[in-house]
Amino acid sequence: MESRLRVLLLIACAVALGGCSMWPFHKKQHAEELPVEATSADGTAPSVVEPQVTRRTVKTPKIKKSNFEIGPYIGTYSAEDFGVNPVLGARLVYHISEDFFAQGLIGRTTVGLTSYERLSGGAQLLTDSQRKLTYYSLDFGYNLLPGEVFVSPRRAFNSALYVTGGVGATHFAGDNRFTVAIGAGYRLLLNDWLAAHFDVRDSIFDIDLLGSNKTTHNLETGLGVTVFF
Amino acid sequence: MRTVLKLASLLILATAAGLAHAADGARQFDRDAGRYVDVAVADPYLELHTGAGVSYPVFRVIPRGEHIEILFRRTDWFKVRDDHDREGWAHRDNMQETLLATGEKLPLEDLSHRDFDIWPWEAGAQSGNFGGGNVNSLYVSYSLNPNLATEFAVSQTLGRSANGVLAVLGLTHAPRPDWRVAPFVELGSGVIRIQPKATIISPPERTEQVAYYGAGVKWYLSRRFILRADYRSYVLFTKRDTNEDRNEWKAGFAFFF
Repeated sequence: MESRLRVLLLIACAVALGGCSMWPFHKKQHAEELPVEATSADGTAPSVVEPQVTRRTVKTPKIKKSNFEIGPYIGTYSAEDFGVNPVLGARLVYHISEDFFAQGLIGRTTVGLTSYERLSGGAQLLTDSQRKLTYYSLDFGYNLLPGEVFVSPRRAFNSALYVTGGVGATHFAGDNRFTVAIGAGYRLLLNDWLAAHFDVRDSIFDIDLLGSNKTTHNLETGLGVTVFF
Repeated sequence: MRTVLKLASLLILATAAGLAHAADGARQFDRDAGRYVDVAVADPYLELHTGAGVSYPVFRVIPRGEHIEILFRRTDWFKVRDDHDREGWAHRDNMQETLLATGEKLPLEDLSHRDFDIWPWEAGAQSGNFGGGNVNSLYVSYSLNPNLATEFAVSQTLGRSANGVLAVLGLTHAPRPDWRVAPFVELGSGVIRIQPKATIISPPERTEQVAYYGAGVKWYLSRRFILRADYRSYVLFTKRDTNEDRNEWKAGFAFFF
């Protein structure tokens, strides 16, 4: 009963606030354009022929913005105790300034067997579906060393060595695990819209698969391309 | 391994295609007339850098009166082309004094403060503590005016006894959005999907309605970049006799666009 009332009150509040926001007090006041009275020097109304001029309208094209990068990557993911396996992922990057960027990553790998599982013969710690490891990460990045790569006397590519840090989650062994990820990468701009990336990341998360909780470091390397848009 | 090889060859092909594209083009300046914004340099000169950054060297200086085409913009840098088809990067501050064909200055946004008419959108990621567990959150907000914004957020809660997904729609009100450290209050409602993690008896997953109020600060750190920290108090309207309360602390970064 009480909860319903609270929801109603909240909705009323939200509607009222939303309504207030529509009030146009933030709009810039545009000066009223008054028609200019044409008067001659002696103050009498002049007899002027209205010029029949059609003004040419110059349409300025919009400047295209290109702050986003999107693309896939492939690499290796070393899940602690579970071996090194191929990983496939995708990234979306937004360049905030020439120094800073924000990025989101999604990746997936299938982990292998632990040494214990290999040696014991038949004992399986995880089912096949639990061996699928999926992670996402929301990172903040800094272009630490911007530079140029000279491939020939007449051609140079812009590049940057960057560092990232972020948080996310890893879905592995039947649970979602809070993950902190740090990384470093190298971006090579092949032209205005295409870049190649090489990344090394460490995803750190706790796992309690073998009874006690332990922090694992999961190293990943990746090679990818991105398209700017 | 075969898949990896296939993907690697695709990667190489894509790279080659990109290189081929970069190599093509002669007298582009005239061919692209009308396609890009054409401006005339009005400052004594315009410096062209080899890359989009202050540390990239200036390799060409365009004197006053010459025309350039603006190909695109990345952060505060403009990729431009002169009438000899030489391309380079010019900084926003240097472009401020260029003139359009109409004789007007190139309209660029004012960077001294956040103009909510030009940049109403904001997006960010935050992480912190939700009722004793971890939480990761992603939000998008739209400013209705400098003070008031609507916000949509999706969070993943990762606790010891339960995980969950939370989606909320809310309003934030900043009394002084012009301050460098701007406080705000917030109010909203949404739903949470709770997935308990008990090992012996597994309680069913449940979806509850939630409402929250909270407060926080946004620190406008540099151009378009914000640090944000929030405290929120959530009420979960359960189907049982008592409602549940959760406190949330989180901090993260955001940017506006």
